[in-house]
Amino acid sequence: MRIRFKLDGQDVEVDVKHTDTLLKVLKDRIGVGSVHFGCGEGSCGACMVLINGRLRYSCLTLAGYVDGKEVTTVAALARDGELTEIQRAFLENDAAQCGYCTPGMILTAKVLLEKNPSPSDEELFDALAGNLCRCTGYIPIINAIKSVSRR
Amino acid sequence: MSDQFSVVGAPIKNVQLLGHVTGSTQYVDEISFPGMLWVKAVRSPVARGKIKKIDTSKAEKLPGVVRIITAKDVPNNIHVNMAVIGIGPPDEPVLPEDEVKYKGEAICLVVAKDEDTAAKGAQLVEVEIEELPPVLDMEEALKPSAPVITKWGINAFIYGSGMDGATMPGRPGRPFFLVKRGDVEAAFKKADYVVEGSYLIPPIEHAPIEPHVCVAKPEPGQRLTIYTTTQAPYFVRDNVASILKIPPSNIRVVAPAVGGGFGGKVDPEFEMQVAVAAMCVGRPVKWRWTREEEFTISTTRPAIKIEIQDALSSSGLILGRRARLLHDSGAYTRTSPYGVIKSTVNLSGPYHIPNVYYEGYCVYTNRQPSSAMRGYGVFEVSYAVELQMERDARKLGIDSWEFRFKNAYRNGQVTATGRLIDDAYLIEVMKVAAALSGVSLPHHLLQMSSWG
Ligand code: FES
Ligand code: FES
Repeated sequence: MRIRFKLDGQDVEVDVKHTDTLLKVLKDRIGVGSVHFGCGEGSCGACMVLINGRLRYSCLTLAGYVDGKEVTTVAALARDGELTEIQRAFLENDAAQCGYCTPGMILTAKVLLEKNPSPSDEELFDALAGNLCRCTGYIPIINAIKSVSRR
Repeated sequence: MSDQFSVVGAPIKNVQLLGHVTGSTQYVDEISFPGMLWVKAVRSPVARGKIKKIDTSKAEKLPGVVRIITAKDVPNNIHVNMAVIGIGPPDEPVLPEDEVKYKGEAICLVVAKDEDTAAKGAQLVEVEIEELPPVLDMEEALKPSAPVITKWGINAFIYGSGMDGATMPGRPGRPFFLVKRGDVEAAFKKADYVVEGSYLIPPIEHAPIEPHVCVAKPEPGQRLTIYTTTQAPYFVRDNVASILKIPPSNIRVVAPAVGGGFGGKVDPEFEMQVAVAAMCVGRPVKWRWTREEEFTISTTRPAIKIEIQDALSSSGLILGRRARLLHDSGAYTRTSPYGVIKSTVNLSGPYHIPNVYYEGYCVYTNRQPSSAMRGYGVFEVSYAVELQMERDARKLGIDSWEFRFKNAYRNGQVTATGRLIDDAYLIEVMKVAAALSGVSLPHHLLQMSSWG
């Protein structure tokens, strides 16, 4: 079937199978670099996107579901080369090493802080429970998010 | 320091960070070419068995399946990762000819128009395997009654005879790496106490968030470009060259950003298979491992068993140490012989032990091959040695700081492998560590130094 959706503000039209996941279509059909395959089963968060502003695992979302919707990845956050506060905080706090988890981490942080501008530690850990990072040991990531929430 | 240098002593930004936070860092999974095909493997359901028959007829009929690759498609179907540094003999096939040696070993490859079709094709390949009793335990593997799973008749790597990259050619071969110094028998005869310990370290998966991904693209004139998640592009180049029987200069390996490696992307584990597939079909091919493959097929930190016996004097010195170390290499050699050398020479830890006898075994079992992971060989031994130090101190009834200070190596001494020490700082480091952890050391320990 043919689906149409907005990807990072651009109109996209693509033929998909009923069984195709959004992750598969984004990576293997469209060639999106700001979304990553980590597990394919909703465990790691490397594949996270926003669908109409809500945080979703693209590996657990069928591509057909985004027909007519807006899909946003971390690539669309910066405007005219100007990083958002969260992106700057990740840079300043060295909150990434290999960077494979970073897009998912940043989207999770964004959604959390929009809902709850000054989360407690517990709320922060809870929000990050669906995102795995194997490199940083999480502390710099948490520091980055806290540095934004305090402002 | 910062007045003198602009780099030393100054924090440096990870240059990739801007790419990471904007989602523009390029990993291998972003690489794709027009006409690119996909690979999936048919994997062994058993830990050890004879391959009786591979029936690909159903898979070949599946629309979209382009080619099935088996052992006979590989020009030189035997390799060992570390041939480059003189370790051999090669023992691992790219695809096994007649015997599978670990559960999940790739038996053949299906190349198809997309990932799903390749996976479906792989399910349609029928493999008939006669299951053989596997060797899964290191102690069992070393018993004379164990089924032999190597080509050289014993389930251990043969050190010496010019095959381990460390000892001189012409030295006698032994099924263990030997470190020997002083007279360990005499030390045990003199000992007031003997303390024994046995330590087990399980295998550990690196679990990078980015699984293994490789794209191989044939170029005109028997050339090949390989884009892969690797920490060691030259291992990839040399191993692929050797199995394809083409000069290494025909191969270009591109190593983009790696999404976590931790040693798990040091071994060329699947690049040879992808390269053979690409050469056979003459088109770019891609293989992206699943999370399940990452856990069950990719290398792990080796399982290690270490047995230590210490001869102690009542004055608190280690007079001698005997140790036996077993390192589970899994089904094939990979980098394990080198890992065993590292661990065996480290069995004294940072302590001065004048009389030692250490045997390090690189053992083969029917498990997924193990290999490098963050200081492998050293970490495992440090764990065992430091626990043993605690045990020794307890037996002697003295404080373990005191015991460590007494036995710490010092400048002017000679290591187990015969190197004169001129860079010892252990005592100084322990003083700082004690202060940082709020331990106040007695005066006589604070008086000690690595130079006295
Ligand atoms: S790839 Fe979607 S959660 Fe891991
Ligand atoms: S930075 Fe490597 S997984 Fe998070």
